Amino acid sequence: MDGTLFDDDLWAGVRDVSPLMLGIVPFALVAGIAAVDAGLTLAEAVGMSVIVFAGASQLAALDLLGANAPLAVVIGTAAVINLRMVMYSASIAPHFSRYARETRAALAYFLTDQAYALSVAEFARNEGRTRWRYYLGAAASLWVVWQIGTVVGVVVGAGVPDAWGLTFAVPLVFLALLVPAMKDRPTTVAGVAGGAIAVVAAGLPLNLGLLAGAIVGILTGLIAEAIDR
Amino acid sequence: MTGAFALGGSARVWVAIVVIGIATYGFRLSFIHLFGRIDEVPESVKRPLRFVPPAVLAALVLPDLVTIRPSVVATLADERLIAGVIAGAVAWRTENVFATISVGMVTLWLFRFVVFA
Repeated sequence: MDGTLFDDDLWAGVRDVSPLMLGIVPFALVAGIAAVDAGLTLAEAVGMSVIVFAGASQLAALDLLGANAPLAVVIGTAAVINLRMVMYSASIAPHFSRYARETRAALAYFLTDQAYALSVAEFARNEGRTRWRYYLGAAASLWVVWQIGTVVGVVVGAGVPDAWGLTFAVPLVFLALLVPAMKDRPTTVAGVAGGAIAVVAAGLPLNLGLLAGAIVGILTGLIAEAIDR
Repeated sequence: MTGAFALGGSARVWVAIVVIGIATYGFRLSFIHLFGRIDEVPESVKRPLRFVPPAVLAALVLPDLVTIRPSVVATLADERLIAGVIAGAVAWRTENVFATISVGMVTLWLFRFVVFA
């Protein structure tokens, strides 16, 4: 590939997102493995990765589906996990406001933690970037790797003995995202409270522990922030 | 599950996938769609959203590492907690997803197949 190609904004997005694949590949593999564990077929696993396309919520939903939790709890838990997308949507929206409604609707589908964080940082640094090209270069790359990783996880995961505990990689992925998310006192308080309630409430009927922990964590964070002011 | 609304395995899975997918797309589209009509994100929306990632992620992680059943003490000798604590330290020092997963899994195997074997 020649230099001019990589000067293009689309390719700049592809290039900048590549180091992040080191974290995305195992995450996607685990999504596939967890799908097999929860009793999903290959078609259902790929359907989930294409339609939902949000790793943390997929893993939580798979865990709950495998534990035979009620559908409302599966859906409610996944929805709470993905609420953070509203925050990303709000933050990136000004960069997309000049585009047609259909274009914005398409760009929104690809919105993820990584595509958001990378794009917003780059747009702040480099005014000249064509917004949609850079964003799509990063976001669509993530999409492709996510789908391939899910398929490989389903195929490979079925052959790995249970004793290896490969699904333990799931809480490890969340742990790696959790630590940087607790960046000040109120967010740390929110994390500690959410985790503690989830542990204590793990025995609640309907697998409501996660939902209870998340809600109490958010409220506790708000209170901690109010006290700090 | 019993009753008129009980769904079979595959139907249950697809309903979950489609409804979660629609909700998630709605979250993604929300302000990207709204922008132009409103100029700024209301503070009352921004404030609670800041706490969603830490609260949700901690609620996802901790029950997989610690359990109060049968007892907290029994958990302390569990290889998952040990692996989780070490992986947590790696996450804190490196903020690297790949390093966190690798160290956590190797620690789990080390304790499961060597130390506690």
